[in-house]
Amino acid sequence: MTEIFLDGRYIGGTKEPEKLVKDLRDKRRTGLLSNQLNVAFHKHMDEIKILTDSGRVRRPLIIIENGKPKITKEHIEKLHKGEITWEDLLKTGIVEYMDAEEEENAYVALRESELTNEHTHLELDPSTILGLSASFIPYPEFNRGDRVNYGAKMVGQSIGIFATNYLLRADTKSNVMVYTQKPLVQTHTHTIINYDNHPNGANVVVAIGCYEGYNMEDGIVINANSIQRGLLWSYMYRTYEAEQKRYMGGQEDVIGIPQAGIRGYGGEDTYKHLPEDGIINPEHRVESDEVLIGRISPLRFLGTMDQFITGVENIRETSVRLRHGDDGTVDRIFLSETIDGTKLIKVVIRDLKIPEIGDKLASRHGQKGVIALIVPQEDMPFTEDGVIPDIIFNPHGIPSRMTMGQLLELLAGKVSSLSGKYIVAPAFNPVPEKELRDKLKSHGFMNDGKETMYDGRTGKKFTAQIFIGNCFYQKLDHLVSNKIHARSRGPVTLLTKQPTEGRSKEGGLRLGEMEKDCLIAHGASLVLKERFDSDKTLVSICSECGLVAIFDKIKNRKYCTVCGETKIIDIEMSYAFKLMLDELKAMMIYPKVVMKEV
Amino acid sequence: MSEVLQTNYSDELPKRILEEIEKVAKEKRLKKNEAEKLTEEVKRRYFVSKFEPGDAIGIIAAQSISEPATQMTMRTYHFAGTAGIKVTYGLPRLIEIFDAKKDPETPMMTIYLKKQFNNAEQAKKMAEEIVEKDVSNLVSNVSLNLNENAIELNVFDKRRMSAIIKVVKEVFTDLKVREKDHTIAFITKDVQDIKELQKLKEKILGIHVSGIKDIMNAVVRREADDWIINTIGSNLEKILTIDEIDGGRTITNDIHETMQVLGVEAARNLVIGEALKTMQEQGLDVDIRHVMLVGDIMTFKGAVMSIGRYGVAGGKTSILARAAFEETIKHLVRASIRNEVDEFKGIFENVMIGQVIPSGTGMFDLIAKFDE
Repeated sequence: MTEIFLDGRYIGGTKEPEKLVKDLRDKRRTGLLSNQLNVAFHKHMDEIKILTDSGRVRRPLIIIENGKPKITKEHIEKLHKGEITWEDLLKTGIVEYMDAEEEENAYVALRESELTNEHTHLELDPSTILGLSASFIPYPEFNRGDRVNYGAKMVGQSIGIFATNYLLRADTKSNVMVYTQKPLVQTHTHTIINYDNHPNGANVVVAIGCYEGYNMEDGIVINANSIQRGLLWSYMYRTYEAEQKRYMGGQEDVIGIPQAGIRGYGGEDTYKHLPEDGIINPEHRVESDEVLIGRISPLRFLGTMDQFITGVENIRETSVRLRHGDDGTVDRIFLSETIDGTKLIKVVIRDLKIPEIGDKLASRHGQKGVIALIVPQEDMPFTEDGVIPDIIFNPHGIPSRMTMGQLLELLAGKVSSLSGKYIVAPAFNPVPEKELRDKLKSHGFMNDGKETMYDGRTGKKFTAQIFIGNCFYQKLDHLVSNKIHARSRGPVTLLTKQPTEGRSKEGGLRLGEMEKDCLIAHGASLVLKERFDSDKTLVSICSECGLVAIFDKIKNRKYCTVCGETKIIDIEMSYAFKLMLDELKAMMIYPKVVMKEV
Repeated sequence: MSEVLQTNYSDELPKRILEEIEKVAKEKRLKKNEAEKLTEEVKRRYFVSKFEPGDAIGIIAAQSISEPATQMTMRTYHFAGTAGIKVTYGLPRLIEIFDAKKDPETPMMTIYLKKQFNNAEQAKKMAEEIVEKDVSNLVSNVSLNLNENAIELNVFDKRRMSAIIKVVKEVFTDLKVREKDHTIAFITKDVQDIKELQKLKEKILGIHVSGIKDIMNAVVRREADDWIINTIGSNLEKILTIDEIDGGRTITNDIHETMQVLGVEAARNLVIGEALKTMQEQGLDVDIRHVMLVGDIMTFKGAVMSIGRYGVAGGKTSILARAAFEETIKHLVRASIRNEVDEFKGIFENVMIGQVIPSGTGMFDLIAKFDE
């Protein structure tokens, strides 16, 4: 008896499992059962699994009968004309959706030419083996596998138009590219997912060569004039929020310009650009740490006794400020309400990000790089026709990574730009290299894509011919302007008196354990001491009991509160160590500091 | 000339270097003043390459070993499809050595034979002899005869039958024995239960018959003029008692075993040798002196210590340095109960409180004191 499970629950048994499964599938194909139902017969376990629940990943396949696909030329023609739809194919049992369980019973052919009588299904296209991001890559089968992987990863990081309604949205952080383009060399996926509405990069002319060593180690040399024409510009939007919270006891936040005298008041200049309602105006240029929304909040605790007696309100300034290190322009403001009915203000700041040295760019073949030099157009090399590349790509990036797909894309891009037609090169079924070469030749170019080029600075002809073509480049969401950071002096944390951590807090750069070891290994003891004295303090220690003494300002003398001793010695130590001594004391451990004259 | 060298430089250069210079001088037929010049140059270079007082040799050794070891992480574990005996090597083995693990994952021995036995025949014979065999290794089939309360063993080799009976009899004296063809039957009276019979069967199968305990496999290999027996499993003490074996060269890779049998000096040499071998196998070139320092540190107290909480790092004199490393509370509480004093003589604790460390340029103080 074969056991039958419906969505994992046992519901009965059958003696003819194969017939049952066949019947169920036939009924599904004729539309009697839902097409979301999947059946699988596991022979080795002797059980049938019927699945109808949500969360199964399924993909469409063409049904094969007697070695022939059920889809015919007429179907495809009708589809093209719009007489039938995908739904009709599904209802009439020409295609069906397969889930992971039913897949165990299927024998799927990748291509029509491979079909035999045993096959049960046919893949719509071999390139369906790839996921969404990977299927954006043209000529992927010419790349080493890991490069396709990296490429797919970087497609996900690229800046483009992530949603067509981005002007109505208030994402915490988002990037939108200004002049996007559709790739000249594309795949079917670009058409299927409506890529025109959310593109993610631009076509650039890439010459493979060197430029004074500036494109070593994945550096990118980029044409300054191309940038000025708007190549790869983008806006970064960041949303700041302020809520007018209500507190217990009827108190609530006040949004407006804070009055002088309130705790945390930043001075008159801080608020002078705010209109009366305390919310900044659109199109106002703001800089780092500037106030966007003025606000005051009641404190959680009651104030001191005299504050209470005099009736001074215990409030504090809690204005929303622009992130440290950011600047931009106020783009739009949303006024709304939260679920609790409190006032909610969202201010969206826009900042133009023009490609600059340090920004990360990548092609679709896992070939990423950082802009290392921006060269004026007149200093860039040019071809006989006067074509000046946008990017100079270092040839050393090719042999070890073996991204032949990139080279083919350059070739295909060149053909595309010459013929004015997009080249479609999906996985396993691209326009062949020979065709590209022939077309290039017919346009009067060398069939290997190389061209004679001249040095823009001297006008001299290069001895070597240079491979030049068009390639789709993406700007990745790793922009220097969001990351650049340095500090000489700055804020320290309250507890340890050591420098703060992180760019947003203007933090220090840590000299870590291993770096410390290097200084020791070099015997640079005094350098080491200087590097680690960011929190050094003078601590008065009682010479008798070895505990921290105090300084009486009125009597102008130091004495020990524990033993009354007046022979107090100031010693230098790191504040963190003094803190540790205090913590030990809190744990009932008596850390006695024994001092010796040096 | 040699006398001149010996007398003039014996205080300044090690004997071995002097001997080497002498050898070269003889070979190249150097004149006396030329030899003198050579020695001067050697002396200069010798002193240049010497560590200076205050150099942090420990840190340098640690860095010199661990930097290449980071590359090892990426290389190990990735030998797809290699058939054969599983051996711990690469980073796991290196960790095993420095952690001074009590039982190495793959104990192994390299056995050399004495000159007169150093041939293929002897080696093969020896390899066969030393492999540990218990009853189960010699038996093809075991069955329980419930009628007679007997355990019947089918033996591969008829010649071994007497040996098996002998050893089993030694352990279980009251068993009755019946021999027939290739079968031995052990009949028992006191056992009634199948379960207990089963237990008895396991016990009998586990009885040691021949060979040396723990030696699980032995392979003969030829290396230059030597016939070497490589074994899986290690038992240095027993192996060394065999006459044919060249005890001077025979080694195991078990550090603790070496320590017990041959002493701490041998253990030190083994630590150095194994660590160096492991790294060289991975193509990492680490200077032996760094590894020697590690070997010294691990053994200088007379027993093998691990590099870690319970060994070298746990043995630091400074309370703060120990507390900062691992088990903070344990060290602090213990120190406070015992009224311990931290002398602040080490590196770590001085970095902690922000003082100049007693190493490198910070090692030296003005000794002379002037009156004010």
